[in-house]
Amino acid sequence: MKKVYMDYGATTPTDPRVLKAMEPYFLKYYGNSMSVHSWGVKAKEALEESRERVASLMNAKAKEVVFTSSATESDNFALKGIAFANKNKGKHIIVSSIEHHAVLEPAEWLKKQGFEVTILPVDEYGLIDLNKLENVIRNDTVLVSIIFGNNEIGVIQDIKGIGKICREKGVYFHSDATQAFGKVPIDVKKMNIDLLTVNAHKMYGPKGVGGLYMRDGIEIEPLIHGGGHEFGLRSSTVNVAGIVGFAKAVEIQKKEMNSDAKKQIKFRDGMIKEISKIPDSRLNGHATKRLPNTVNFSFSYIEGESLIMQLDMKGIAASTGSACSTESLEPSHVLLAIGLKHEEAHGSLRLTLGKYTKKEEVNYVLKVLPGVVKKLRKISPFKRKWK
Amino acid sequence: MKPYSLYTNEVMKLFKNPHNMGIIKDPDGIGKVGNPLCGDVMWLYIKVKKRKDGKLIINDIKFQTFGCVAAIATSSKITDLAKGKTLEEALKIDRKDIVKSLGGLPVPKIHCSLLATDALAEAIYDYYTKNKLPIPDSLSKRHERIKKVLESVEERYEHVELEEKV
Repeated sequence: MKKVYMDYGATTPTDPRVLKAMEPYFLKYYGNSMSVHSWGVKAKEALEESRERVASLMNAKAKEVVFTSSATESDNFALKGIAFANKNKGKHIIVSSIEHHAVLEPAEWLKKQGFEVTILPVDEYGLIDLNKLENVIRNDTVLVSIIFGNNEIGVIQDIKGIGKICREKGVYFHSDATQAFGKVPIDVKKMNIDLLTVNAHKMYGPKGVGGLYMRDGIEIEPLIHGGGHEFGLRSSTVNVAGIVGFAKAVEIQKKEMNSDAKKQIKFRDGMIKEISKIPDSRLNGHATKRLPNTVNFSFSYIEGESLIMQLDMKGIAASTGSACSTESLEPSHVLLAIGLKHEEAHGSLRLTLGKYTKKEEVNYVLKVLPGVVKKLRKISPFKRKWK
Repeated sequence: MKPYSLYTNEVMKLFKNPHNMGIIKDPDGIGKVGNPLCGDVMWLYIKVKKRKDGKLIINDIKFQTFGCVAAIATSSKITDLAKGKTLEEALKIDRKDIVKSLGGLPVPKIHCSLLATDALAEAIYDYYTKNKLPIPDSLSKRHERIKKVLESVEERYEHVELEEKV
């Protein structure tokens, strides 16, 4: 059976060039980057070269990047680290309603620790309103956290506009760029970003490696205390091989990002055009302010998990924001935040493309999808206008 | 079943090719149920016939379901379990019977099996009501509970046009 992976938003395959770059750091240069002997020095060299490379893709200085184990850790680090280090200045934090759980859950937890959290709503495309943001920033606000490119609907915010407001108001601005890093240009200086979450496995690097950019001079508390690795900000023996892999992925994307994006945007927009022809379907997110690789649709009268499993039976990997696909039985908070009704979120489908996506794969999905939707609609008791 | 698949082979088999899927044009009873948590909706249609011994049996049964893999598989399963049974026997079908004959369901999906048994109970309740037959107390109580839940689900879907007014 044909196998088509269209879930690059969940994770990506590792680029063989990345794997090749990592290998010596398992087998030959396995030293601990904190050791003073030559094995350690070799590891430390690789770590610091990698830091420079990763920093360069966001126009940061090397010393402004701390490596972590994941984007989730980086988000937790940013929120909790800033909140606790700056609690004497204020205890108010602002996040958007379409943040990843890795931001929303730390924000919820901070509430229990006595912090106040404002959740900023978004419009029907998932965009925040800059005026609204300006209005909710208070004297005691210490941090604004807004996702760069949303993981579900792919909407890209006016990051520069947000950064400008936060800088003017003297509030730290964190952005979760897990999905955007390596896909769209990011410049932390021009965009006035104070903290940026990045990771490797969404951009053809290994799983288990993330990073947090923190602007030189900001005040932040570490999450993990111990041997003082990563400038004393993130203790743990450093995952040198993984970080070398991340840096290699960054190096590759730096060269190939623009051509990748161009190709994927063409596929993406072609898919959006074709899928829109399925009756009672709607595009979720913004038509153009959108990650190059993300397609998200709702199909009325059918349920997303059934859709995913039907597609899986045809060899296609995709994902959904349906309530049925979660333990909590709650539909995606992102889809509800953009105003979808419960059953529209129920019938949502996310297709995410990658640099290995081929035209024939796109065509295969477009060929299979209408039939699968039709089949499930036959099972559903709701009205079938498509007859 | 692959050890880490979400669903058993039996569930996937029925999801691929559900039994008794569709509408009965002039049914003797209809059961409409909804789950307020996940939003799934299930409709069950029955045709009732008198057997030679005078007992009422489910002669034909069909379903329509708006829901996940588990909801579709449990719908299909209950039609198989109920077909040919007397109404009394059909009412005794327990959600555990469904889960067991499916080879199990993931824990968050167990509620789907309740939707199926509720739909069948509602269809039989509807048949009794339409034919002015005595309704067992336990069934009346069950109907009251299901009706309340359905109201909250219908509210959610009031903007959705239904295919047929039945």
